Amino acid sequence: MYGFRAEGPMEQFEIIPIFSLPTGSNLLAFTNSALWMVIGTSAIIVFFFAATRRAALIPGRLQSMAEVFYEFVSDLVRDTIGPEGRKFFPYVFTLFIWILVSNLFGLFPSLPGVPHGLHTFTPTSHLIVTLALAMLTISIVIIYGFWKNGLGFLKLFWPPGLPWPMYILIPAIEVISFLSRPLSLAIRLFANMFAGHVILKLFAGFVVSLLSAGGAVMLFGIAPFFGAIAVTALEFLVAVLQAYVFAVLTCIYLNDAVHAADH
Amino acid sequence: MSVFAIVTNAAAAAEEAQAHAAEASSAGLPQLDPAWWPSQLFWLAITFGILYWLMTTRFLPAIAGAIEERRDRIADDLDQAGDFKRQAEDAESAYNQSLADAKAKAQAIAADTRTEMDNEIAALQAETDAELAKQVAAAETRIGEMKAAAATKVGEAAAQTARAVVETLIDEAPTEEAASRAVADAAARPEG
Repeated sequence: MYGFRAEGPMEQFEIIPIFSLPTGSNLLAFTNSALWMVIGTSAIIVFFFAATRRAALIPGRLQSMAEVFYEFVSDLVRDTIGPEGRKFFPYVFTLFIWILVSNLFGLFPSLPGVPHGLHTFTPTSHLIVTLALAMLTISIVIIYGFWKNGLGFLKLFWPPGLPWPMYILIPAIEVISFLSRPLSLAIRLFANMFAGHVILKLFAGFVVSLLSAGGAVMLFGIAPFFGAIAVTALEFLVAVLQAYVFAVLTCIYLNDAVHAADH
Repeated sequence: MSVFAIVTNAAAAAEEAQAHAAEASSAGLPQLDPAWWPSQLFWLAITFGILYWLMTTRFLPAIAGAIEERRDRIADDLDQAGDFKRQAEDAESAYNQSLADAKAKAQAIAADTRTEMDNEIAALQAETDAELAKQVAAAETRIGEMKAAAATKVGEAAAQTARAVVETLIDEAPTEEAASRAVADAAARPEG
Protein backbone atom coordinates (compact mmCIF):
# COMPACT_ATOMS: atom_id res chain seq x y z
CA MET A 1 0.00 0.00 0.00
CA TYR A 2 3.00 2.25 0.53
CA GLY A 3 4.38 1.42 -2.89
CA PHE A 4 1.58 3.06 -4.79
CA ARG A 5 1.38 6.36 -2.93
CA ALA A 6 3.35 9.06 -4.67
CA GLU A 7 4.46 12.00 -2.58
CA GLY A 8 4.78 15.48 -3.98
CA PRO A 9 8.28 16.55 -4.99
CA MET A 10 8.56 19.00 -2.08
CA GLU A 11 7.62 16.66 0.76
CA GLN A 12 11.10 15.18 0.81
CA PHE A 13 12.46 18.51 2.04
CA GLU A 14 10.08 18.87 4.97
CA ILE A 15 11.64 19.15 8.37
CA ILE A 16 10.07 16.68 10.76
CA PRO A 17 10.92 16.77 14.45
CA ILE A 18 11.75 13.37 15.91
CA PHE A 19 12.13 14.43 19.53
CA SER A 20 12.53 17.64 21.46
CA LEU A 21 15.45 18.44 23.67
CA PRO A 22 14.70 18.32 27.42
CA THR A 23 14.32 22.11 27.35
CA GLY A 24 10.78 21.40 26.21
CA SER A 25 10.98 23.90 23.42
CA ASN A 26 10.89 22.67 19.83
CA LEU A 27 13.42 25.33 18.85
CA LEU A 28 16.44 23.02 18.82
CA ALA A 29 14.47 19.81 18.30
CA PHE A 30 16.18 16.74 16.90
CA THR A 31 14.69 16.54 13.40
CA ASN A 32 15.10 14.34 10.36
CA SER A 33 17.71 16.84 9.16
CA ALA A 34 19.63 16.45 12.42
CA LEU A 35 19.21 12.68 12.18
CA TRP A 36 20.90 12.58 8.77
CA MET A 37 23.62 14.95 9.89
CA VAL A 38 24.27 12.57 12.78
CA ILE A 39 24.12 9.49 10.54
CA GLY A 40 26.50 11.02 8.03
CA THR A 41 28.91 12.33 10.65
CA SER A 42 28.83 9.03 12.54
CA ALA A 43 29.56 7.13 9.35
CA ILE A 44 32.55 9.41 8.67
CA ILE A 45 33.80 8.94 12.24
CA VAL A 46 33.37 5.16 12.13
CA PHE A 47 35.12 5.02 8.76
CA PHE A 48 38.09 7.10 9.85
CA PHE A 49 38.26 5.36 13.20
CA ALA A 50 38.46 1.99 11.44
CA ALA A 51 40.89 3.36 8.86
CA THR A 52 43.32 4.81 11.38
CA ARG A 53 42.94 2.29 14.19
CA ARG A 54 46.09 0.49 13.15
CA ALA A 55 47.98 2.92 10.98
CA ALA A 56 50.08 0.41 9.10
CA LEU A 57 53.12 0.86 6.91
CA ILE A 58 51.40 -1.18 4.24
CA PRO A 59 47.87 0.21 4.30
CA GLY A 60 44.77 -1.97 4.25
CA ARG A 61 41.75 -1.13 2.14
CA LEU A 62 40.19 1.36 4.54
CA GLN A 63 43.49 3.07 5.26
CA SER A 64 44.21 3.33 1.53
CA MET A 65 40.85 5.01 0.99
CA ALA A 66 41.42 7.41 3.86
CA GLU A 67 44.86 8.22 2.48
CA VAL A 68 43.40 8.83 -0.98
CA PHE A 69 40.97 11.36 0.53
CA TYR A 70 43.78 12.89 2.54
CA GLU A 71 46.17 13.24 -0.39
CA PHE A 72 43.40 14.55 -2.63
CA VAL A 73 42.40 17.39 -0.30
CA SER A 74 45.99 17.97 0.76
CA ASP A 75 47.06 18.45 -2.86
CA LEU A 76 44.08 20.71 -3.48
CA VAL A 77 44.97 22.94 -0.52
CA ARG A 78 48.67 23.02 -1.39
CA ASP A 79 48.08 23.75 -5.07
CA THR A 80 45.55 26.51 -4.39
CA ILE A 81 46.90 28.24 -1.28
CA GLY A 82 50.51 27.09 -1.11
CA PRO A 83 52.44 26.02 1.97
CA GLU A 84 50.69 28.60 4.18
CA GLY A 85 47.42 26.79 3.49
CA ARG A 86 48.51 23.91 5.72
CA LYS A 87 46.68 25.36 8.73
CA PHE A 88 43.39 25.40 6.80
CA PHE A 89 43.74 21.81 5.67
CA PRO A 90 41.72 20.23 8.52
CA TYR A 91 38.90 22.70 7.92
CA VAL A 92 38.79 22.12 4.16
CA PHE A 93 39.05 18.37 4.71
CA THR A 94 36.19 18.31 7.23
CA LEU A 95 34.11 20.52 4.98
CA PHE A 96 34.69 18.35 1.91
CA ILE A 97 34.01 15.05 3.65
CA TRP A 98 30.97 16.35 5.51
CA ILE A 99 29.33 17.81 2.39
CA LEU A 100 30.28 14.77 0.31
CA VAL A 101 28.72 12.32 2.76
CA SER A 102 25.66 14.51 3.30
CA ASN A 103 25.11 14.74 -0.47
CA LEU A 104 25.69 11.04 -1.10
CA PHE A 105 23.67 9.68 1.83
CA GLY A 106 20.69 11.73 0.67
CA LEU A 107 20.66 9.67 -2.52
CA PHE A 108 19.96 6.43 -0.72
CA PRO A 109 16.39 5.27 -1.19
CA SER A 110 14.24 5.26 1.91
CA LEU A 111 13.29 1.92 3.40
CA PRO A 112 9.74 1.19 2.30
CA GLY A 113 7.17 1.63 5.05
CA VAL A 114 9.17 3.74 7.51
CA PRO A 115 7.49 6.91 8.80
CA HIS A 116 8.16 10.14 6.98
CA GLY A 117 10.50 11.37 9.71
CA LEU A 118 12.94 8.56 8.96
CA HIS A 119 13.01 8.94 5.18
CA THR A 120 16.39 9.70 3.70
CA PHE A 121 17.11 13.38 3.86
CA THR A 122 19.83 15.58 2.43
CA PRO A 123 20.90 18.22 4.97
CA THR A 124 22.69 20.14 2.20
CA SER A 125 19.42 20.54 0.32
CA HIS A 126 18.49 23.21 2.85
CA LEU A 127 19.74 26.71 2.16
CA ILE A 128 20.28 27.52 5.83
CA VAL A 129 22.80 24.69 6.15
CA THR A 130 24.80 25.56 3.05
CA LEU A 131 24.60 29.25 3.95
CA ALA A 132 25.97 28.50 7.40
CA LEU A 133 28.91 26.62 5.89
CA ALA A 134 29.51 29.40 3.36
CA MET A 135 29.37 32.06 6.09
CA LEU A 136 31.80 30.02 8.15
CA THR A 137 34.24 30.01 5.24
CA ILE A 138 33.83 33.72 4.55
CA SER A 139 34.15 34.53 8.26
CA ILE A 140 37.43 32.66 8.37
CA VAL A 141 38.55 34.53 5.23
CA ILE A 142 37.70 37.94 6.70
CA ILE A 143 39.03 37.31 10.21
CA TYR A 144 42.21 35.62 9.07
CA GLY A 145 42.62 38.15 6.25
CA PHE A 146 42.62 41.14 8.63
CA TRP A 147 44.63 39.29 11.28
CA LYS A 148 47.34 38.31 8.78
CA ASN A 149 47.44 41.38 6.52
CA GLY A 150 45.97 44.12 8.70
CA LEU A 151 44.46 46.81 6.54
CA GLY A 152 46.50 45.38 3.65
CA PHE A 153 43.63 42.94 3.30
CA LEU A 154 41.68 45.80 1.72
CA LYS A 155 44.10 45.70 -1.23
CA LEU A 156 41.88 42.82 -2.31
CA PHE A 157 39.44 45.50 -3.51
CA TRP A 158 42.16 47.62 -5.09
CA PRO A 159 43.78 45.57 -7.84
CA PRO A 160 47.11 47.12 -8.87
CA GLY A 161 48.18 48.28 -12.30
CA LEU A 162 44.92 49.66 -13.66
CA PRO A 163 44.62 53.04 -15.45
CA TRP A 164 43.33 55.51 -12.87
CA PRO A 165 39.80 56.07 -14.24
CA MET A 166 39.13 52.41 -13.61
CA TYR A 167 39.50 52.95 -9.87
CA ILE A 168 36.18 54.79 -9.85
CA LEU A 169 34.38 51.59 -10.71
CA ILE A 170 36.60 48.60 -9.90
CA PRO A 171 36.64 48.76 -6.08
CA ALA A 172 32.86 48.88 -5.96
CA ILE A 173 32.64 45.87 -8.26
CA GLU A 174 35.24 44.04 -6.20
CA VAL A 175 33.32 44.72 -2.97
CA ILE A 176 30.07 43.51 -4.49
CA SER A 177 31.75 40.41 -5.87
CA PHE A 178 33.30 39.71 -2.46
CA LEU A 179 29.98 40.12 -0.68
CA SER A 180 28.20 37.86 -3.14
CA ARG A 181 30.70 35.06 -2.55
CA PRO A 182 28.97 33.48 0.45
CA LEU A 183 25.63 33.67 -1.32
CA SER A 184 26.88 32.09 -4.53
CA LEU A 185 28.76 29.47 -2.54
CA ALA A 186 25.66 28.61 -0.49
CA ILE A 187 23.14 28.77 -3.31
CA ARG A 188 25.27 26.71 -5.71
CA LEU A 189 25.33 23.72 -3.39
CA PHE A 190 21.79 24.11 -2.14
CA ALA A 191 20.28 24.60 -5.61
CA ASN A 192 22.14 21.63 -7.06
CA MET A 193 20.96 19.33 -4.30
CA PHE A 194 17.46 20.77 -4.29
CA ALA A 195 16.91 20.65 -8.05
CA GLY A 196 18.42 17.19 -8.39
CA HIS A 197 16.15 15.73 -5.74
CA VAL A 198 13.09 17.48 -7.18
CA ILE A 199 13.75 16.07 -10.66
CA LEU A 200 14.46 12.65 -9.22
CA LYS A 201 11.22 12.73 -7.26
CA LEU A 202 9.26 13.99 -10.27
CA PHE A 203 10.45 11.13 -12.45
CA ALA A 204 9.83 8.61 -9.68
CA GLY A 205 6.40 10.17 -9.10
CA PHE A 206 5.50 9.72 -12.76
CA VAL A 207 6.46 6.05 -12.56
CA VAL A 208 4.29 5.50 -9.49
CA SER A 209 1.32 7.45 -10.91
CA LEU A 210 1.41 5.65 -14.24
CA LEU A 211 1.80 2.24 -12.58
CA SER A 212 -1.11 2.90 -10.24
CA ALA A 213 -3.27 3.90 -13.22
CA GLY A 214 -3.13 0.25 -14.34
CA GLY A 215 -3.88 -1.23 -17.75
CA ALA A 216 -1.96 -0.24 -20.85
CA VAL A 217 -1.07 3.13 -19.34
CA MET A 218 1.45 1.26 -17.18
CA LEU A 219 3.66 0.87 -20.25
CA PHE A 220 4.21 4.62 -20.29
CA GLY A 221 5.88 4.26 -16.93
CA ILE A 222 8.93 2.71 -18.58
CA ALA A 223 10.33 5.99 -19.95
CA PRO A 224 10.33 7.92 -16.65
CA PHE A 225 11.66 4.80 -14.93
CA PHE A 226 14.81 4.89 -17.05
CA GLY A 227 14.81 8.66 -16.69
CA ALA A 228 14.91 8.23 -12.92
CA ILE A 229 17.81 5.79 -13.22
CA ALA A 230 19.74 8.22 -15.43
CA VAL A 231 19.06 11.14 -13.09
CA THR A 232 20.18 9.04 -10.12
CA ALA A 233 23.49 8.37 -11.83
CA LEU A 234 23.80 12.05 -12.68
CA GLU A 235 23.00 13.00 -9.09
CA PHE A 236 25.85 10.86 -7.77
CA LEU A 237 28.16 12.80 -10.07
CA VAL A 238 26.65 16.12 -8.95
CA ALA A 239 26.91 15.13 -5.28
CA VAL A 240 30.65 14.47 -5.58
CA LEU A 241 31.26 17.42 -7.88
CA GLN A 242 29.49 19.94 -5.68
CA ALA A 243 31.38 18.82 -2.60
CA TYR A 244 34.57 19.27 -4.60
CA VAL A 245 33.48 22.66 -5.94
CA PHE A 246 32.67 23.87 -2.44
CA ALA A 247 36.11 22.78 -1.23
CA VAL A 248 37.87 24.36 -4.23
CA LEU A 249 36.08 27.69 -3.84
CA THR A 250 36.78 27.66 -0.10
CA CYS A 251 40.47 27.19 -0.93
CA ILE A 252 40.40 30.01 -3.49
CA TYR A 253 38.78 32.41 -1.01
CA LEU A 254 41.21 31.37 1.73
CA ASN A 255 44.01 32.04 -0.73
CA ASP A 256 42.79 35.64 -0.96
CA ALA A 257 42.95 35.92 2.80
CA VAL A 258 46.49 34.54 2.90
CA HIS A 259 47.91 36.52 -0.01
CA ALA A 260 45.78 39.69 -0.06
CA ALA A 261 48.67 42.05 0.70
CA ASP A 262 51.17 40.30 -1.56
CA HIS A 263 50.48 42.36 -4.64
CA MET B 1 13.95 -3.39 18.49
CA SER B 2 11.84 -1.66 21.11
CA VAL B 3 14.01 1.46 20.85
CA PHE B 4 13.35 1.53 17.15
CA ALA B 5 9.62 1.18 17.79
CA ILE B 6 9.69 4.07 20.25
CA VAL B 7 11.61 6.25 17.82
CA THR B 8 9.27 5.43 14.94
CA ASN B 9 6.18 6.05 17.12
CA ALA B 10 7.62 9.34 18.29
CA ALA B 11 8.47 10.23 14.72
CA ALA B 12 5.00 9.37 13.54
CA ALA B 13 3.42 11.44 16.29
CA ALA B 14 5.73 14.34 15.60
CA GLU B 15 4.98 14.03 11.92
CA GLU B 16 1.29 14.40 12.58
CA ALA B 17 1.84 17.44 14.77
CA GLN B 18 4.12 18.97 12.18
CA ALA B 19 1.61 18.31 9.42
CA HIS B 20 -0.98 20.34 11.30
CA ALA B 21 1.54 23.07 11.95
CA ALA B 22 2.49 23.12 8.29
CA GLU B 23 -1.11 23.47 7.26
CA ALA B 24 -1.48 26.34 9.69
CA SER B 25 1.57 28.17 8.35
CA SER B 26 2.06 29.07 4.73
CA ALA B 27 2.61 26.12 2.38
CA GLY B 28 5.85 27.33 0.74
CA LEU B 29 9.22 25.74 0.30
CA PRO B 30 10.22 23.89 3.47
CA GLN B 31 13.67 25.51 3.08
CA LEU B 32 12.23 28.97 3.59
CA ASP B 33 10.44 28.22 6.86
CA PRO B 34 12.53 30.03 9.50
CA ALA B 35 10.95 27.96 12.29
CA TRP B 36 13.44 25.13 11.74
CA TRP B 37 16.54 27.22 11.09
CA PRO B 38 17.80 27.30 14.70
CA SER B 39 17.48 23.54 15.00
CA GLN B 40 19.37 22.93 11.74
CA LEU B 41 22.12 25.39 12.67
CA PHE B 42 22.38 23.84 16.13
CA TRP B 43 22.77 20.27 14.90
CA LEU B 44 25.04 21.38 12.06
CA ALA B 45 27.30 23.08 14.60
CA ILE B 46 27.36 20.00 16.81
CA THR B 47 28.03 17.43 14.09
CA PHE B 48 30.45 19.59 12.12
CA GLY B 49 32.19 20.69 15.30
CA ILE B 50 32.66 17.15 16.60
CA LEU B 51 33.88 15.99 13.20
CA TYR B 52 36.34 18.91 12.94
CA TRP B 53 37.61 18.22 16.45
CA LEU B 54 38.12 14.51 15.75
CA MET B 55 39.77 15.26 12.41
CA THR B 56 42.29 17.70 13.89
CA THR B 57 43.08 15.70 17.02
CA ARG B 58 42.88 12.12 15.82
CA PHE B 59 42.28 11.13 12.25
CA LEU B 60 44.34 13.55 10.20
CA PRO B 61 47.46 13.28 12.40
CA ALA B 62 47.15 9.48 12.27
CA ILE B 63 46.92 9.45 8.48
CA ALA B 64 49.68 12.05 8.14
CA GLY B 65 51.83 9.98 10.50
CA ALA B 66 51.29 6.81 8.48
CA ILE B 67 52.10 8.57 5.20
CA GLU B 68 55.14 10.27 6.71
CA GLU B 69 56.37 7.03 8.22
CA ARG B 70 56.01 5.26 4.89
CA ARG B 71 57.86 8.06 3.09
CA ASP B 72 60.67 7.91 5.66
CA ARG B 73 60.81 4.16 5.45
CA ILE B 74 61.06 4.21 1.69
CA ALA B 75 63.79 6.86 1.86
CA ASP B 76 65.61 4.78 4.48
CA ASP B 77 65.31 1.66 2.37
CA LEU B 78 66.66 3.50 -0.65
CA ASP B 79 69.55 4.81 1.45
CA GLN B 80 70.24 1.32 2.72
CA ALA B 81 70.12 -0.08 -0.79
CA GLY B 82 72.61 2.61 -1.80
CA ASP B 83 74.85 1.61 1.12
CA PHE B 84 74.66 -2.03 0.14
CA LYS B 85 75.49 -1.16 -3.43
CA ARG B 86 78.48 0.87 -2.31
CA GLN B 87 79.60 -1.98 -0.08
CA ALA B 88 79.26 -4.41 -2.96
CA GLU B 89 81.30 -2.10 -5.16
CA ASP B 90 83.92 -1.77 -2.42
CA ALA B 91 84.04 -5.55 -2.06
CA GLU B 92 84.39 -5.95 -5.79
CA SER B 93 87.25 -3.46 -6.02
CA ALA B 94 88.90 -5.09 -2.99
CA TYR B 95 88.54 -8.45 -4.70
CA ASN B 96 90.01 -7.08 -7.92
CA GLN B 97 92.83 -5.51 -5.92
CA SER B 98 93.68 -8.72 -4.10
CA LEU B 99 93.43 -10.64 -7.34
CA ALA B 100 95.90 -8.26 -8.96
CA ASP B 101 98.14 -8.49 -5.88
CA ALA B 102 98.04 -12.26 -5.98
CA LYS B 103 98.89 -12.26 -9.68
CA ALA B 104 101.78 -9.89 -9.13
CA LYS B 105 102.99 -11.98 -6.21
CA ALA B 106 102.75 -15.17 -8.25
CA GLN B 107 104.71 -13.57 -11.05
CA ALA B 108 107.33 -12.33 -8.57
CA ILE B 109 107.63 -15.80 -7.08
CA ALA B 110 107.93 -17.32 -10.53
CA ALA B 111 110.60 -14.81 -11.51
CA ASP B 112 112.47 -15.38 -8.23
CA THR B 113 112.34 -19.11 -8.66
CA ARG B 114 113.57 -18.81 -12.21
CA THR B 115 116.56 -16.66 -11.27
CA GLU B 116 117.33 -18.91 -8.30
CA MET B 117 117.23 -21.96 -10.51
CA ASP B 118 119.35 -20.19 -13.11
CA ASN B 119 121.88 -19.31 -10.43
CA GLU B 120 121.87 -22.85 -9.09
CA ILE B 121 122.29 -24.25 -12.58
CA ALA B 122 125.09 -21.77 -13.27
CA ALA B 123 126.81 -22.70 -9.97
CA LEU B 124 126.48 -26.40 -10.74
CA GLN B 125 127.84 -25.83 -14.23
CA ALA B 126 130.77 -23.80 -12.90
CA GLU B 127 131.53 -26.53 -10.36
CA THR B 128 131.35 -29.17 -13.02
CA ASP B 129 133.50 -27.09 -15.37
CA ALA B 130 136.08 -26.58 -12.62
CA GLU B 131 136.14 -30.32 -11.86
CA LEU B 132 136.45 -31.14 -15.51
CA ALA B 133 139.18 -28.56 -15.98
CA LYS B 134 141.02 -30.06 -12.99
CA GLN B 135 140.72 -33.55 -14.47
CA VAL B 136 141.83 -32.30 -17.86
CA ALA B 137 144.81 -30.59 -16.25
CA ALA B 138 145.69 -33.78 -14.33
CA ALA B 139 145.36 -35.79 -17.51
CA GLU B 140 147.58 -33.34 -19.39
CA THR B 141 150.19 -33.46 -16.64
CA ARG B 142 150.15 -37.24 -16.79
CA ILE B 143 150.39 -37.11 -20.58
CA GLY B 144 153.33 -34.74 -20.28
CA GLU B 145 155.01 -37.01 -17.81
CA MET B 146 154.37 -39.97 -20.02
CA LYS B 147 155.73 -37.99 -22.98
CA ALA B 148 158.90 -37.06 -21.07
CA ALA B 149 159.32 -40.63 -19.90
CA ALA B 150 158.82 -41.81 -23.46
CA ALA B 151 161.36 -39.28 -24.75
CA THR B 152 163.86 -40.38 -22.11
CA LYS B 153 163.27 -43.99 -23.03
CA VAL B 154 163.67 -43.15 -26.72
CA GLY B 155 166.94 -41.30 -25.90
CA GLU B 156 168.20 -44.27 -23.90
CA ALA B 157 167.21 -46.60 -26.66
CA ALA B 158 168.88 -44.35 -29.23
CA ALA B 159 172.03 -44.17 -27.09
CA GLN B 160 172.10 -47.96 -26.70
CA THR B 161 171.41 -48.37 -30.37
CA ALA B 162 174.14 -45.86 -31.18
CA ARG B 163 176.62 -47.74 -28.87
CA ALA B 164 175.64 -51.02 -30.46
CA VAL B 165 176.11 -49.55 -33.94
CA VAL B 166 179.46 -47.98 -33.00
CA GLU B 167 180.56 -51.22 -31.33
CA THR B 168 179.70 -53.15 -34.38
CA LEU B 169 181.46 -50.65 -36.65
CA ILE B 170 184.61 -49.92 -34.77
CA ASP B 171 184.50 -52.60 -32.19
CA GLU B 172 184.91 -50.09 -29.55
CA ALA B 173 182.06 -49.12 -27.41
CA PRO B 174 181.78 -45.49 -26.39
CA THR B 175 180.85 -44.73 -22.90
CA GLU B 176 177.27 -44.45 -22.03
CA GLU B 177 177.60 -40.71 -21.20
CA ALA B 178 179.18 -39.93 -24.60
CA ALA B 179 176.48 -41.78 -26.47
CA SER B 180 173.72 -40.00 -24.51
CA ARG B 181 175.34 -36.63 -25.11
CA ALA B 182 175.63 -37.30 -28.84
CA VAL B 183 171.97 -38.35 -29.05
CA ALA B 184 170.89 -35.27 -27.10
CA ASP B 185 172.97 -33.03 -29.40
CA ALA B 186 171.45 -34.66 -32.45
CA ALA B 187 167.93 -34.18 -31.05
CA ALA B 188 168.65 -30.51 -30.20
CA ARG B 189 170.03 -29.82 -33.66
CA PRO B 190 167.45 -28.20 -35.86
CA GLU B 191 166.15 -30.32 -38.71
CA GLY B 192 167.77 -30.14 -42.00
